[in-house]
Amino acid sequence: MSITLSIIYLISTVAFVIGLKLLGHPETAKKGNFISALGMAIAILGTIFLAEKEVPTIIYSLIGTAIVIGGIIGYIIAIKVEMTKMPELVSLFNGFGGASALLIGLIEFSKNVGVEESLKAPSSILVTILAAIIIGSITFTGSLVAWAKLNGSMKDIRLPKYNLINNIMFLALIAFGTYIVLMDTDSLFLIYILLLAALVYGFLFVVPIGGADMPVVISLLNSLTGIAAAITGVLYNNMVMLVGGILVGSAGLILTFAMCKAMNRSLSNVIFGAFGGAEVAGTTGGKIGGNIKKTSASDAAVMMNYSSNVVIVPGYGLAVAQAQHVIHELEELLTKKGVNVKYAIHPVAGRMPGHMNVLLAESNVDYSKLVEMDDINPHFPNTDVVLVVGANDVVNPAAHNDPSSPIYGMPILDVENAKHIIVNKRSMKPGYAGIENELFYNQKTSMLFGDAKAALTDLVNELKNM
Amino acid sequence: MTDFIEFIKNDIQLIYILILAIFIGLELIKNVPTVLHTPLMSGANALSGVVIVGAILVMLQSNPNDYLSLTLGFIAVVLGIINVVGGYAVTDRMLQMFKKKK
Repeated sequence: MSITLSIIYLISTVAFVIGLKLLGHPETAKKGNFISALGMAIAILGTIFLAEKEVPTIIYSLIGTAIVIGGIIGYIIAIKVEMTKMPELVSLFNGFGGASALLIGLIEFSKNVGVEESLKAPSSILVTILAAIIIGSITFTGSLVAWAKLNGSMKDIRLPKYNLINNIMFLALIAFGTYIVLMDTDSLFLIYILLLAALVYGFLFVVPIGGADMPVVISLLNSLTGIAAAITGVLYNNMVMLVGGILVGSAGLILTFAMCKAMNRSLSNVIFGAFGGAEVAGTTGGKIGGNIKKTSASDAAVMMNYSSNVVIVPGYGLAVAQAQHVIHELEELLTKKGVNVKYAIHPVAGRMPGHMNVLLAESNVDYSKLVEMDDINPHFPNTDVVLVVGANDVVNPAAHNDPSSPIYGMPILDVENAKHIIVNKRSMKPGYAGIENELFYNQKTSMLFGDAKAALTDLVNELKNM
Repeated sequence: MTDFIEFIKNDIQLIYILILAIFIGLELIKNVPTVLHTPLMSGANALSGVVIVGAILVMLQSNPNDYLSLTLGFIAVVLGIINVVGGYAVTDRMLQMFKKKK
């Protein structure tokens, strides 16, 4: 490697670290993203133009074509995607990164086929190649399944004894990889079998995981893509790939554990436990009951109009109904009338970490009005009205007082401490996790039934007339 | 086993870098507020596209007659650059929306 290229890689690596650091603060995040992108650009250009040996023009033009095609596709996807679809997009990109790593592994292995003994890669290299293929494949199919589940084209499928099947499959994968290394084989046939097994495992691994656990899965797959990139970095002894990949791996892992903590579940519980499955839904259904109180848009509007503190709790239902713009209108209207309005954001609101914040930011809500769970919880006793829109499990008091509930122990927004609660829901159907919610039967709760967008538009109109 | 000892001997610096990078990563992300989790994730996602450097290296080292390597490498570069460009662009788009209002 030329000294210039080495220095370029060093600069890129530092840019990645600084970029990621700046990405952690709202004020500097945009700059951080830019610095990181700049580091990536010089690493890519340096790799292309500072190659050691003579490279035939045809290869250069192929690389150039690939970059132009992929660049245009990537850019178009990025500017066209709706913010509600961010989880799908990140999953899809994760899958692409994984596929890229697995292809590199395949090519490197095939270069080893049929060469004489003395020129063969040592087994430490073979291990890295196999690791790139296995992790890349798992990320690839796993991400595609996550993507399909998020956009609704695939339902959760649970084979009988799927935990057992998955675990056996995983062990078999490791054993088979070890066998290939120990035999020091160059059989492409065995590699294709390994590839196929890893692809199938990626599919089986994500397919039983329930929708409520999607934020965890996306974070985990994100982490795995980084690890796949880092492994290919080891393969080429390339520091910028190694460090870049590891940074992503650690970041993904932190978010994974943050999401698990927000749901009070262990990682193994998410991966191996069937949350929201039939056996869970049946247990809590019976004992909650009582009367629910219905309210109308005009009554709700009056109540909010004469409040001094209102907290809005948005959930994924809000995003599905595309009601993020109407809710901002409602907030502005109330603020004009002298009501203090805040949004309470649960860490797993939405389908990926921080998803709700992005949706509200898209409709121009000032991010200082978005308050995190731990900061808003002490304020609920002083809150006159809580408006829950399309959220369910994150406000379910069963998490505090029903040890038999599957969400028992999960940190929630303590909305039941507020003076009045208005819940907007389409019907009394339980939420994503399939658990009944006693909040709806609370004396202080009134239910405002209807599609989030329609119901909120009615509310806004009523308020305008006051 | 001898291979393993050889690996540690020859690549001890690599192992140091690996471990230190893990700690840097964990420290950098530890206190990021919820507001930024999605942009952080898509930004990290773009960064994982660094795998494209490997894809380019594969292509540069390939023989012009090795159609299999070149085809697979081509696909790897396309997928990698989609990840990079798309990831950074969408992160920028999101962060644009987080600008302070008024």
